[in-house]
Amino acid sequence: MNNAIIELIKVHVRSFFREPGVVFWAVLFPVLMAWVLGLAFSEKSGVKATVYVVGQLDKDTITERRFQIEGLPSATVIDFKSASEEEALRAMKKGIISLYITREQGGYVYHYDPVNKEALSHHLLLERILAGNAGNMQMRAVTAPGNRYIDFLIPGLIALGIMNSCLWGLGYNLIEFRMKKLLRRMVATPMRKTDFFVSHALFRIAICFLETLILLFFAWISFGLVIQGSWLGFLMLLLAGVICFSGIALLVASRTQNSQVGNGLINAVLLPMTILSGIFFSYHNFPEWAQKVIQYLPLTVLADAFRAIVNEGAGAGNTLFPVLLLVCVGLVCSIAGLKNFKWY
Amino acid sequence: MEPAIQLKGVIKSFGDLQAVKGIDLQIRQGEYVALLGPNGAGKTTLIEMIEGIQTPDQGEIVLLGKTWKRDSAALHAEIGLSLQETKFIDKLRVGETARLFASFYKLSAKRVDEVLELVNLTEKKNAYVSNLSGGQRQRLALGIALLNNPKIILLDEPTTGLDPTSRREIWTILQELKQRGTTMILTTHYMEEAQVLCERILIMDRGRFIAEGSLSELISQYGEGDVIEFSVREKEVPDMKQLPGFNKLVWKDEECRGRIWVENLALAVPAFMRQIADSHLELLELECRKMTLDDLFIALTGRNLYE
Repeated sequence: MNNAIIELIKVHVRSFFREPGVVFWAVLFPVLMAWVLGLAFSEKSGVKATVYVVGQLDKDTITERRFQIEGLPSATVIDFKSASEEEALRAMKKGIISLYITREQGGYVYHYDPVNKEALSHHLLLERILAGNAGNMQMRAVTAPGNRYIDFLIPGLIALGIMNSCLWGLGYNLIEFRMKKLLRRMVATPMRKTDFFVSHALFRIAICFLETLILLFFAWISFGLVIQGSWLGFLMLLLAGVICFSGIALLVASRTQNSQVGNGLINAVLLPMTILSGIFFSYHNFPEWAQKVIQYLPLTVLADAFRAIVNEGAGAGNTLFPVLLLVCVGLVCSIAGLKNFKWY
Repeated sequence: MEPAIQLKGVIKSFGDLQAVKGIDLQIRQGEYVALLGPNGAGKTTLIEMIEGIQTPDQGEIVLLGKTWKRDSAALHAEIGLSLQETKFIDKLRVGETARLFASFYKLSAKRVDEVLELVNLTEKKNAYVSNLSGGQRQRLALGIALLNNPKIILLDEPTTGLDPTSRREIWTILQELKQRGTTMILTTHYMEEAQVLCERILIMDRGRFIAEGSLSELISQYGEGDVIEFSVREKEVPDMKQLPGFNKLVWKDEECRGRIWVENLALAVPAFMRQIADSHLELLELECRKMTLDDLFIALTGRNLYE
């Protein structure tokens, strides 16, 4: 490796580690997010819901209900609260409750938004409780690694981390260099342009590996998460993810010389994928036509493939298709980005 | 000896706007040339074409016998430049920044130390770029421009925004380089800078050179002697044509300010004062001086050099 590449990589390393903010957002923030979400949705906290009952509470049947599910330390708790219909509607608007009950002609009527899945499941549960049937529910908690929310979350966060790292780390860095006229200053020297891009690529790969390993290590220590499938497949996928999003970053940052426009462009790429690609909650809740598109978004492809390896034990062979797809997207974007690249 | 820089019939347009309208220029090796002109005169476009980052639509640019088309690698190694306010990476130290650029030229650490010594930044070698003062930053930019021991240096306003002491420090460095036979084109907003550093001054306006020569040559060639600059409370143009040795009056309505070019201050000033009194004008400011570049530019174009 020539001296210029080494010096350029040193620049990337120094500007990364000497900026505490960068280290925080790139490395610590994903870990923090995993920790908070992991705890919030872990089995330890149980499930708690409040239901408003319009009219008098019937002390015999309706009190606080607590369900012990076999194998879990905590319980599912449903609180009942007496309220007027007006209050109930207001609470629903605020998201405090998803369902309320009225008593009509000796029976119960359930009021809720029919597409709200949480309300639907509460309806079914309540119907059994109020009919005095709760006792014969047969339920067994699934707690094996690979099936918990944290198992769903961590591979998604890894994919999200790679995307953020490439777009903010690489993309924004290029825009900033152009804004500072550093790019222009650099091309006025005999610096080889390939050295410049190679240094960025090598650094980005290294930093994404580091960020991912830290997150994985944390998930292993705190939640016992392990990669059930192929490590080789995992690493291939990681590399493909970096190639893909670095390519996208290069394209996004190829011409912009204004940080506000750059900010907007990067967010225009990041936000839709962060929201749609099922990082925090499954995208299978979206309408079917939307899913058909969403499943091919690069972030979805990457997150789904990580989940297959981490949770379903997929092998290296099974990841070939997503790896190929991501690398192709990355290469096409890179070529377009390089062709368009403005040094000044 | 072949000229360091030679331009023949250089034209460059951006859309409908012709920024550079057919320029011929020859700069010999070791010559320091100042390029002056108001914003939008085409200075930057001209410099960028010499720098090789813009291509002329027509005409030819030859640097040390080489052209950008054929010998760009060789030219990169022989030219040093400092852009108007290059911002280096904040969290990089001075030495690290210089080493990065040195690596592009395949230069040793020894050369980095030499250059830092030359621009008086040896003590700041371990300081972060973000902690440098304006003058130190400009010296770093200059040092980086000089790393490869360039035969030609192109400096775009190297002292803009600096205090007089920092400005003089940079002048001293540049004067030292002149001893070694470096060729320089300097764009500047400071007349004094052009005067101190450069044997030739080019004044550019609307894509053309409108005057050229040393300061004294310019003044004797285009000069109209001394200048009386004044401002009054009243808006109407005072009649000064009767002053002895009157050459020209440029009047600015919005500032109630005028400049009069006269052959001899000693004769013109008493008459000027009488004229002011006779016209019942209230004199607010008065300055009498030998003509400067700015006066010259206004005499040539009717506009300020630095508007």
